[in-house]
Amino acid sequence: MARPIDYLKMSVPYIILTIVTAPIVLMYAMLFIASCSRTVYGLIPDQITLENWRFVITGYISPPGTSGLAKYPNVYLVTLNTFLLAITVAALEMTISSLAAYALSRYSFRGRSAFLSLTLVLHSFPSITLLIAIFYILKVLGLFDTLWGVILVKVSLDLPLGIWIMKGFFDGIPWDVEMSALVDGCTRLQAWWKVIMPNVKGGLASVMIFSFLSGWSEYIYILTFIVSEEKWTLSRLVAAMIGEWRFVDYGQLAAMGVFYMIPVVLFFLFAQKYLLRITIASKGTV
Amino acid sequence: MARRFRIPYLYVFLLPALILIALFFVLPVILTLFISFTDMDYRLRWKWVGLANYYKMLRDRWAPIILRNTFFYVFTTLACFNVGMALILSILTTHIHDKVGAAFRAAWLLPRITPSTVYIIMWNWAVAPYPYGLFNWLLRGMGINYELKKFTLEPVAPWLPLPWVWVWVILVNGFIGASFGMIIFTAAIKAIPADYINAAKVDGATTLQTIRYVILPLIRWPVLFVTAYQTLSLLTSYEQILLFTDGGPGYATEVWALYSFHKAFAEYAGAFEFAYGAALAVVLVIIGLIASITYYKVFRFRELMLEPKIEVT
Repeated sequence: MARPIDYLKMSVPYIILTIVTAPIVLMYAMLFIASCSRTVYGLIPDQITLENWRFVITGYISPPGTSGLAKYPNVYLVTLNTFLLAITVAALEMTISSLAAYALSRYSFRGRSAFLSLTLVLHSFPSITLLIAIFYILKVLGLFDTLWGVILVKVSLDLPLGIWIMKGFFDGIPWDVEMSALVDGCTRLQAWWKVIMPNVKGGLASVMIFSFLSGWSEYIYILTFIVSEEKWTLSRLVAAMIGEWRFVDYGQLAAMGVFYMIPVVLFFLFAQKYLLRITIASKGTV
Repeated sequence: MARRFRIPYLYVFLLPALILIALFFVLPVILTLFISFTDMDYRLRWKWVGLANYYKMLRDRWAPIILRNTFFYVFTTLACFNVGMALILSILTTHIHDKVGAAFRAAWLLPRITPSTVYIIMWNWAVAPYPYGLFNWLLRGMGINYELKKFTLEPVAPWLPLPWVWVWVILVNGFIGASFGMIIFTAAIKAIPADYINAAKVDGATTLQTIRYVILPLIRWPVLFVTAYQTLSLLTSYEQILLFTDGGPGYATEVWALYSFHKAFAEYAGAFEFAYGAALAVVLVIIGLIASITYYKVFRFRELMLEPKIEVT
């Protein structure tokens, strides 16, 4: 007799969750639909077309209102910049943080705990409070307006997080494993590379995905430290397209947005357990 | 003999990290403080002016307004989303079928990993006027004749004097912020032994009573941690606001971190005031420190850390 009421009660969480989650799902759906249609009313496409995706073939996007005369930098150049930035940040972040984390996990030396707490304290200094000083340092080092400058800044600011993630993984590996390698005549560096690193693939994947996505999405440093258009990344290109809001070609902007999202969606679909781990460990923007 | 080989390898391991952290972390912290005592602009010249920038801040007629904006933004987003929505999501998704719950949580993770520029495009369209904007289109589709407004200072309703633009700024940031707490609370709720929930049910507690008297007290520590941690994250977040409203209209949604960025790097009105921007950044750090110390004292984190993870009160 009580059954129908139970079902009603059981459906309450589903209903609430559906309502609060709907905006997220619908917004992504809208972006995708808009990228393949001339105009979109809510979620209803006016006329399905692939015209918005023309930049994939031509490689160029014109700022609106210039009748195709002025051009943003080549889309593929910008994508290549973005990819190189992200992959370099990821590679450096993985290498440097696992080297340092190994030392912090295995060696006892003076200043070890001081270094560990320093990384924690520094982690709470957000980029905005350091942006002006970093601008100055990049100018002095001659790294202003170079992608290397942005890469080094990104790697450094994400380093505390990477070190703490990797240290957790190293701490979980018993001493005996590398002791036997050392007894067999490996140097510490060889033992680290051949014996320890294969055991922390989960941690490396987390650091890799986190720093790749963080580099791929980076906007503020590109906006602040890059002047030349040929060094733009996708975030800067998309921001420039939004900036022309009065004349913006919405379909093309949506297509560009979907294009930019491809690696994010791939990681979201196939590497979710790592994403969950890094969300806990990272402080996130908000 | 072993010692002699130990030291060089230690440097091989540590040196890259040490150099980067010294160059782009420790040095900037010190430089920011020093720059705030100069009148540096785009020429990057050092000229000591003592506390002039700080006096200027006291006379800055926008500073009090922006400070109020910042506290309002941090408090409201924190209460409604980073803690409030996070609690709702974690409690509800752990009370339904596990796979479905995980799918809902995954959806909330998306805004966090989406590039901020693309995320803002979506919000711009979601709040656009009828017939283009998603939300207004949905409302009209459901037969509700009510227009959501975008970047206006008009209040939402006569009984709620909150400007529309603030609603959107809080939602834009809140939809990113909720996932952090959601993940931590979910892990904490899953760690509660089933016996406690069952015991409450046997005693005749309703679901709401179980949540209020069993679950919430048991996840008190994660809730306090997320509150403290996300306060600092929100205080220093400005990227989404920069892209979404750029602090406008006027200075209506300008927050302290964004003001510092604007003063140092904006292309209009008094651009490249590096020294003033640095002074604003220093004040932001001080506000953050005060918040941390207050949380530490008020929540008595030290005592909480000594308590066992699970206890029944």
